[in-house]
Amino acid sequence: MNTVDLTASETRRVGVRHRRHHTPVTWVRGGGLTTLLFALPLLLIFGVFSWYPMVRTVIISIQKTNLITYTWVGLDNFRTVIHDPLFPIAVKNTAYFALLALIFGYPVPLVAGVLMSELRRLRGLYAVLAYLPVVIPPVVAVLLWKTFYDGSSTGVFNTILGWVHLGPYYWLSSQQMAMPALVLESTWANAGATVIIYLAALIGVNSELYEAASVDGASLWRKVWHITMPQLRGVMLVTLILQLIGTAQVFLEPYLFTGGGPNYKTLTVLLLIFNYAFGNSLGGDYGSATALSLMLAGFLAVFSLVYLRATRSWSTE
Amino acid sequence: MITSRIRRRRKSSERVGSESLMLPGHRMPRIRRRRKPVAGATTQGLISSSDWNRPSVKWGVGAVHALLLVGLVVIGLGPLLWLAKATITPTQDIISNPMAIFPHGATWNNVREAWSPQSVHVGLYIWNTVVICFGSWLVQLTVATTGGYALSVLRPKYARVVTGMLLMTLFLPAVVLLVPLYIMVVNPPLIHHSFINSYWAVWLPAGASSFNVIIMKRFFDNLPRELFEAARIDGAGPVRLFFSVVLPMSKPILGVVSVFAVIAEWKNFLWPFLVLQDASKQPISVRLPAIAGQTELGVLLAAMFIACIVPIVGFLFFQRSFLRGSGLGGAIKG
Repeated sequence: MNTVDLTASETRRVGVRHRRHHTPVTWVRGGGLTTLLFALPLLLIFGVFSWYPMVRTVIISIQKTNLITYTWVGLDNFRTVIHDPLFPIAVKNTAYFALLALIFGYPVPLVAGVLMSELRRLRGLYAVLAYLPVVIPPVVAVLLWKTFYDGSSTGVFNTILGWVHLGPYYWLSSQQMAMPALVLESTWANAGATVIIYLAALIGVNSELYEAASVDGASLWRKVWHITMPQLRGVMLVTLILQLIGTAQVFLEPYLFTGGGPNYKTLTVLLLIFNYAFGNSLGGDYGSATALSLMLAGFLAVFSLVYLRATRSWSTE
Repeated sequence: MITSRIRRRRKSSERVGSESLMLPGHRMPRIRRRRKPVAGATTQGLISSSDWNRPSVKWGVGAVHALLLVGLVVIGLGPLLWLAKATITPTQDIISNPMAIFPHGATWNNVREAWSPQSVHVGLYIWNTVVICFGSWLVQLTVATTGGYALSVLRPKYARVVTGMLLMTLFLPAVVLLVPLYIMVVNPPLIHHSFINSYWAVWLPAGASSFNVIIMKRFFDNLPRELFEAARIDGAGPVRLFFSVVLPMSKPILGVVSVFAVIAEWKNFLWPFLVLQDASKQPISVRLPAIAGQTELGVLLAAMFIACIVPIVGFLFFQRSFLRGSGLGGAIKG
């Protein structure tokens, strides 16, 4: 008993004496160890599955590897990618996808969100209906729409269009229509999430502004234009950049709908990365895949920074 | 010294609080909220009460109502209803007349065939998906709660650096990590045992979701500091504080993180497709494209419908958490 007390007081004295020097003992006694134990799952999981792979990506991009041997090749992988004739095609297709998704997909959730927020009754039902496609597994959505896009005259869309004497269209096997078809499905699958973001933002719009505008006799359109839109500006800018970053990484649609065809018309950057690394049964070109993924990430980072810089004054106005 | 620390914490929590997106107990996120919203049905929207009395506005709103409802039902629900119908329609009818409603009667044959262990065996893959979702959910929740607690409440010196690194990963496109993660699973350093076909290869990387940790941390930031101090004075250590005070107060955010963890894993395709090559271990999302080529259309559609049931029922059940979290997504990234 006595000895225990003695050691305890001794350690306390040691602790006091060394507090300024932050010895391991003071660290443990100050709760540092418990804190570290709480932080440990995060540090381990992120360290192993996020931060270390990040460094590894950069290393692999300047190596040639078959997973057993690793040789340094400098910037050869980047050269290989840039000189690949499929590279400009993939970039162009991805930009086309992003552009179409912007035209189809950007205004729709905005309009739907503004309309839905005005309707007091059934707003919850509308939100659920709009969000429903978002919870469906994307693989199911793509396979389902693939059935809809059946190119025969008895395909689902061709049947519906046949009622108004249009078509039949070849959809996915047509070089002109394949990409818009992919974008249409992707918009259907993702728009609901954006609608909910707008809806949440609209609830925050200050109702006193509307009241003041009404007192001043402002028309409905003037209120939309001068109150709703300016209040949504920040959120609109965010959803725009999120959508662009998302569409720049489109993979599932081209992979499952068309496999990049017809005639590489739907080959996207991510599909090209996948093909480099995993598309070849002989073994992957991991170097080129990481090189291209780094180029994509770098582009997106620069693009986001420029975008945020350019819109900063506008969004906080 | 202690009081100054408390004051500092109060201040920083207030600072975060003023721009915070979600306080405990709020039903909906209020993004960029500037003032207290007027409560109840008297909240005025775009259309003022005098506007409502004008017949043109009344009719106009009615028309918008109808249009929106029809549009959302046709676009949002239509494809699903068609899938449900096709599930119990013979393949021949689906192919020859896809828009007709049961021209030659309904049948359960597709469902029976999809469920049969000799054929598609969809039950096995649904079960695999459940196992994958459960493990990922557990890992994600463990990492997010303990990590968020350490960064927000315990605040060691390295918290700032770790938070910065988390924010960095938040903006990193996932594709950048695809190849190194795959190489790590195939040929892990130190262990030298391939994790291909092991569920750990899906469960553990799922935990590295900076989004989860950051919304958890923000939520903890907004919990009242006085309560922590009171618990400390009553003799609760950090472990007790975590389990008896912080976690019970965080049920809403735990709900949001949980539904998103489960649904994201249910939707996941590329990663399980790469690491779970053994067909008997694959989740339904990976299995469906694999069988799409050689399966009768009606049976495939039935399997697809079955794959949708769990997420849809889960969504209808937990819709509040879903919609709250979805609104939060745009806010956090912004």
